Amino acid sequence: MSATNLLTVSHSPHEYTSESVQKIMYRVLIAMLPAFAVSLIFFGLGALIVTAVAVVSCMLFEYLIARFLLKIKPSLWDGSAAVTGVLLAFNVPSNLPVWMIVVGSLVAIGVAKMSFGGLGKNPFNPALAGRVFLLISFPVQMTSWPKAVESRFAYLDATTGATPLGILKEGLKNGQPVSDLMKDLPEYSQMFLGNMSGSLGEISALALLIGGLYLIWKKVITWHIPVSILGTVVLFTGLLWLINPDQYADPLFHLLAGGIMLGAIFMATDMVTSPMTPAGQIIFGIGIGFITCLIRIFGAYPEGVSFAILIMNALVPLIDKYVKPKRFGEVRKNG
Amino acid sequence: MKAFRKGGVHPAENKISTGSSILDLPVPGLVTVHLSQHLGVPAQPVVDKGDSVRTGQLIAKSAGFVSANIHSPVSGTVQKIEPVPDITGYPKMAIVIEVKGDEWVETIDRTDTIVRPDKLSREEIIARISEMGIVGMGGATFPSHVKVSVPKGKKAEILIINGVECEPYLTSDHRLMLEKGEEILIGAGFLMRALPVDQAVIGIEKNKPDAIEHLRKLSSGYPGIRVEPLKVKYPQGGEKQLIKAITGREVPSGGLPIDVGAVVHNVGTAFAVYEAIAKNKPLFERVVTVTGKSLAKNANFKVRIGTPISSLIDAAGGLPDDTGKVISGGPMMGRALPGLNAPVTKGTSGIVVMKANESVRKTVMNCIRCARCASACPMGLEPYFLMSLGDARRWEEMETARALDCMECGSCSFTCPSNRPLLDYIRIGKTNVNRILKARKS
Amino acid sequence: MNTIVITIISLSLIGVLAGVILFLIAQKFKVFEDPRIDDVEAVLPGANCGGCGYPGCRNFADSCVRSENLDSLFCPVGGNDGMVKVAAVLGRAAVAKEPTVAVVRCSGNPDHRMRTARYDSAPTCEIASGLFAGDTACSYGCLGLGDCEAACDFDAIHMNPVTLLPEVIDEKCNSCGACVRACPKKIIELRKRNKKDRKIFVSCVNQDKGATARKACSVACIGCKACQKVCEYDAITIENFLAYIDPVKCRLCRKCVEVCPTGSILEINFPPRKTAESELCLTEISPN
Repeated sequence: MSATNLLTVSHSPHEYTSESVQKIMYRVLIAMLPAFAVSLIFFGLGALIVTAVAVVSCMLFEYLIARFLLKIKPSLWDGSAAVTGVLLAFNVPSNLPVWMIVVGSLVAIGVAKMSFGGLGKNPFNPALAGRVFLLISFPVQMTSWPKAVESRFAYLDATTGATPLGILKEGLKNGQPVSDLMKDLPEYSQMFLGNMSGSLGEISALALLIGGLYLIWKKVITWHIPVSILGTVVLFTGLLWLINPDQYADPLFHLLAGGIMLGAIFMATDMVTSPMTPAGQIIFGIGIGFITCLIRIFGAYPEGVSFAILIMNALVPLIDKYVKPKRFGEVRKNG
Repeated sequence: MKAFRKGGVHPAENKISTGSSILDLPVPGLVTVHLSQHLGVPAQPVVDKGDSVRTGQLIAKSAGFVSANIHSPVSGTVQKIEPVPDITGYPKMAIVIEVKGDEWVETIDRTDTIVRPDKLSREEIIARISEMGIVGMGGATFPSHVKVSVPKGKKAEILIINGVECEPYLTSDHRLMLEKGEEILIGAGFLMRALPVDQAVIGIEKNKPDAIEHLRKLSSGYPGIRVEPLKVKYPQGGEKQLIKAITGREVPSGGLPIDVGAVVHNVGTAFAVYEAIAKNKPLFERVVTVTGKSLAKNANFKVRIGTPISSLIDAAGGLPDDTGKVISGGPMMGRALPGLNAPVTKGTSGIVVMKANESVRKTVMNCIRCARCASACPMGLEPYFLMSLGDARRWEEMETARALDCMECGSCSFTCPSNRPLLDYIRIGKTNVNRILKARKS
Repeated sequence: MNTIVITIISLSLIGVLAGVILFLIAQKFKVFEDPRIDDVEAVLPGANCGGCGYPGCRNFADSCVRSENLDSLFCPVGGNDGMVKVAAVLGRAAVAKEPTVAVVRCSGNPDHRMRTARYDSAPTCEIASGLFAGDTACSYGCLGLGDCEAACDFDAIHMNPVTLLPEVIDEKCNSCGACVRACPKKIIELRKRNKKDRKIFVSCVNQDKGATARKACSVACIGCKACQKVCEYDAITIENFLAYIDPVKCRLCRKCVEVCPTGSILEINFPPRKTAESELCLTEISPN
């Protein structure tokens, strides 16, 4: 042992995986690239501005709050603030004014994340908390959706139209049967690619699926939450559709329209706010699917994914308390 | 291919020394034999300062049922009997012997010829195992005569020989299986007679195909013994995981392997049992892997217990300049040494030298609740939860969360992306829960 | 107008109904407690530090009310004055105890005691001591990770970042014993408080043979017995090569400090000595 080199003593294990929080976050960012590319194709300038503003303001607020308010060392480059920024952008329309995006970022990072203690301590999904805050505070701007393709080179002055879910809800309220309304809606193949009105990230089921498969391949998420959410939605809406196809749209429509794909793959799977066990995750997913359908079909809003996820986030501590992993050699009380 | 299902991780294998055949390390000038070479009560010395001793002579006697005899690894004079720091740095009672020559007790058969004594009864085998100070050579050092004494009311159905060696870097068991395969099988036969059972399975991870092939061929001559290749997954070598993989049974929480009819012994223990019974040789030396990416020579040395670890490092070419940690055992469960003066004991399976840039823990971040630790835990525990309980000193809740089931394999800390010191806190949790349980009993 | 009247009446009725229900429930589920427990708790400091040995001031108050006498009950934070108050509430005799203070018995700063390893695990003394004897040459000495500081509820003990040893602020310490229990090396001791906070104690807990101890730390106690020979009050005992000064028997004469060859015995808060011939004469006003 050389005089200058002291040996290091630490508890075992002395080897570690090369995984890190940063690597996980950057994988999520990569998985969101297809959806971002699609949003640029269909919403162009607006998508670019909204995403850039959201990401920069989220990262800025995290740094400022950590450094000056909480007086802790800011871990800016772990990627979590950037992910929140992109997800917030994905949940808003591409013609949202800059100052509203900044307010949303402040709520998402400041209220929903940092006030609970920073990374890993928040009970609610920060991007969704920011989005719901914006929806309730600025309902008009948050529900005026730019038309895909047409609004590519416009930002605040983009031409707007209703989303497929919006068209459906209004039409059903006016007593029109589903078969009639389907004529006003884009073809399913177009909806699958993303050629429809909606928020930045929710439009293309294809792009989201590609991202989701990448995340499963890289072991960032598992199949439990997305499959249980989408499965529940299919079952719920399928059942109603079989009973009365005039009153209720078919399950495929419900999967392609609105933000259920975005929610199932990127929002509900956020590890901080979802249950720790696979069984718990399935319960979580079923709950989200169920509440989403309730709101979509019987509620006042045309889309219910955000609310459903936030409500189930609140139930996660309860799920974690009662759904524990099966222990090795668990001794059952009845022998 | 069989394996345990729940949890587990895949550290890099780094079996650098796998091709080095076992070399005898020359006897050092001074040996320090601690009286606690085993789990249980430390042995009591039966020699005094100034006494002459010969190699293989009894120097300390077992002091209880869960205790073991200790025999001198060298010939020479007893210099002192006093507390000397062990690998943790805490001073523990030890017999220090100044070495002179290498004169062995005459009854020991030093030849290599294979001997197959078959007239011994069950009781004689157990008595010999006890007399010769045999303890578990996998690292746990549990007195072997206790393990083969099946308590009343329990029945042993299968003997499992642990040739898994799932720890990265370590190759001593692998070399032993290749070079002393016949002896291991005979030793297993003695253990089978002692329990008694009529079937034995040798579990070997499939990254040792030569050992599997070799022992398979040899075992055709031993009815009742077969070889079971196992998938490479850490910690396959943990006895509960090994029993699950081979028999499909789970040892109940808080119970012992005998509760599901299984008894597990390391290949090194089986070899030591052969030497004890066929060669009249007590346990005073063992194979120690000395390895590291920067070491000049990676080897498997046959070392007398009590040899200072610095001698092993010197024989491997000296401590490299870029050394950060020296570990006794493997990198997943071994102990990092504060210095190189501590001696080798019956449980030292290897010395791993790690480079400085591999020996630094990264910055601890908040728990991101990814549950990778819970997925990795082979015992089905929730390490993130146990750590937050340990940090808050909520020991009773750690008891309810079954912290005592933890086998300290390190899979949780290994896999945490936030670099959280999970096992550090689970360990003090276990210490405090045991303290509370002891207080409750009295 | 009508709506306002209806609103006021209905809300008032709901309020009254709720009040009645709450009152009935409070009566039905009322837990009877001896009212003296509240009285005793009121005169206690309310720090809930556990220094009395009970989990919280209310439990201590409960024990005071239940027991026949206050002989084995003592609140170190309130001290003798506090127990007098408790005794007054309960109409019993108060028992006075010798005031004590926490004393750190290790002077092994990095100048005296070499660092021999680098510790890299969770930074608590409990976790470190479970792993090994410490990152210094002495296997008994202070680990420097501050479990004592973390345990103190009264801000009375702090780690010195240069000496890596804890320092007690005598005025703030009220002998609750939390730091004594927190130290895994049993270095901190509650010793009798003297006038002007003067102290004489052996600042070492090393039980190795003299030569080994001295090699580990230059101010270690080597068990040479020089102090015991010179003590006129029979206050010093030597066990396992370590000297110990009984705080009750010690009369603070300072003779042992003069003869200690390594400077292991410390004298705190004494005036400087008049004659300064001997090199072995140490006059330290502050620890370490």
